[in-house]
Amino acid sequence: MGEIFALLGPNGAGKTTLISIVCGIVNRSSGTVTVDGHDITRDYRAARNLIGLVPQELTIDAFESVWATVNYSRGLFGKPANPAFVEKVLRDLSLWDKKDAKAITLSGGMKRRLMIAKALSHEPRVLFLDEPTAGVDVELRQDMWAMVRRLREDGVTIILTTHYIEEAEAMADRVGVINRGEIVLVDGKAELMRKLGRKRLMLELRAPLASIPETFSRYALELSPDGGQLTYTYDNQSERPGVASLIRDLEAAGIQFRDIDTQNSSLEEIFVNLLRQEA
Amino acid sequence: MNLRAAMNLRAVWAIYRVEMARAFRTVLQSIISPVISTSLYFVVFGSAIGSRITEIDGISYGAFIVPGLIMLSLLTQSISNASFAIYFPKFVGSIYELLSAPVSYLEIVIAYVGGAATKSIILGLIILATASLFVPLHIEHPVWMLAFLVLTAVTFSLFGFIIGIWAKSFEQLQLVPLLIITPLTFLGGSFYSINMLPDVWRTVTLFNPVVYLISGFRWSFYGKSDVSVGISLGMTVVFLLICIAIVAWIFRTGYRLRN
Repeated sequence: MGEIFALLGPNGAGKTTLISIVCGIVNRSSGTVTVDGHDITRDYRAARNLIGLVPQELTIDAFESVWATVNYSRGLFGKPANPAFVEKVLRDLSLWDKKDAKAITLSGGMKRRLMIAKALSHEPRVLFLDEPTAGVDVELRQDMWAMVRRLREDGVTIILTTHYIEEAEAMADRVGVINRGEIVLVDGKAELMRKLGRKRLMLELRAPLASIPETFSRYALELSPDGGQLTYTYDNQSERPGVASLIRDLEAAGIQFRDIDTQNSSLEEIFVNLLRQEA
Repeated sequence: MNLRAAMNLRAVWAIYRVEMARAFRTVLQSIISPVISTSLYFVVFGSAIGSRITEIDGISYGAFIVPGLIMLSLLTQSISNASFAIYFPKFVGSIYELLSAPVSYLEIVIAYVGGAATKSIILGLIILATASLFVPLHIEHPVWMLAFLVLTAVTFSLFGFIIGIWAKSFEQLQLVPLLIITPLTFLGGSFYSINMLPDVWRTVTLFNPVVYLISGFRWSFYGKSDVSVGISLGMTVVFLLICIAIVAWIFRTGYRLRN
């Protein structure tokens, strides 16, 4: 079973540079990189054999056919010709009926899929997707994510960068945050959200309050302007008391509520908060 | 370790095939236009001017210019084929795939330079065949003729490869062939024997490396040369070694490729 790893970071944080170093496109200034134990310089053939890369920009030889382009990529990685496999890749990406079309005649979404087909043509074990869904319509995005999940089931490790945090939230098993060239944090998505995520408890009151009673100061509650709603923000690391004690205290004080709602903070909020702490 | 295990020959073949496919796709530009321009040279220089110049070193003028004409195309086409082949992926960005593939520098050079050299050798042979329609040709040392053809094509394809990596714009890509190679070829004895020049200019001309290529190549046809064949061959090999050294440096430092 593979893994989907989302690399998040603001523009210019070094996401693409990091990927480019691992893939051998840019020389690193220092440090070592290994891919499945293979050093990317000393053992570059073994390391690169494992990697498929879909870069951010659409860069394809415009005058070659889809079929020739994908087979070229496979050859470049030293794999023997395998028309059946290439056909499967093209069918999976809904490009089979375009196999004889020249790349220049394809739509943007098709070109994006052709780039993915090229990256998959040599059966990589690690797939880098740099902003794969930028400028891709919703339907196609869904298809792409379905394909990424299938790859993971086949044991491929997928490392993706994205601006759409909802996407990382929906897809990723683990999340890494990079800022100013440094990995700030790597954690499982669920753990990250549990550890750094905030919860918000909203209580709709039966009768509006003019102000929050003194006795509740330790909860740091917020009262809506109309006095009809109390909001309690808490997280797992905070020293503030739990929800149960708040509710007990409210009952004791005779404050009644009509409805309760809770909200989890999104990965986006966590992300923004992290970067704010960094800065 | 056998060759198949040590080298990614499939990658070499994949790149080479794409390069050759491009030539066949643009057959008009790659093959037919040089043939037409060579024919024009024959009409203008061979027939119009050649009828007034009788013989050089006992060779009719029309026949005399054939080796020079082939060299002219060989040099310019080798450079433009190889420089374009590596510049274009750099320009559109598709070079990322080459850099991320398990391909060694040696394999990249063999594939691109091999492709460019193959194309210009084929072209040289086509021009030779075209020329034989205009003038009676005689090749005294066919093996040496082929050796000079291959050596020059490879050397200048390497040179073109270097230009393609160095160039940051299409303008720069055209600059070296236009400003350096074409003048050197015209002034290198394509259309005349440098022995016909006044002494001063003859000495100056000896600093032009193209003189040695044309002279040696012409010797393989007619057994006559401006400078000795040994020197011609030596100079060609020296230029080849210089190009190899520069390519080696480019790849060691990642110059304009991996930074």
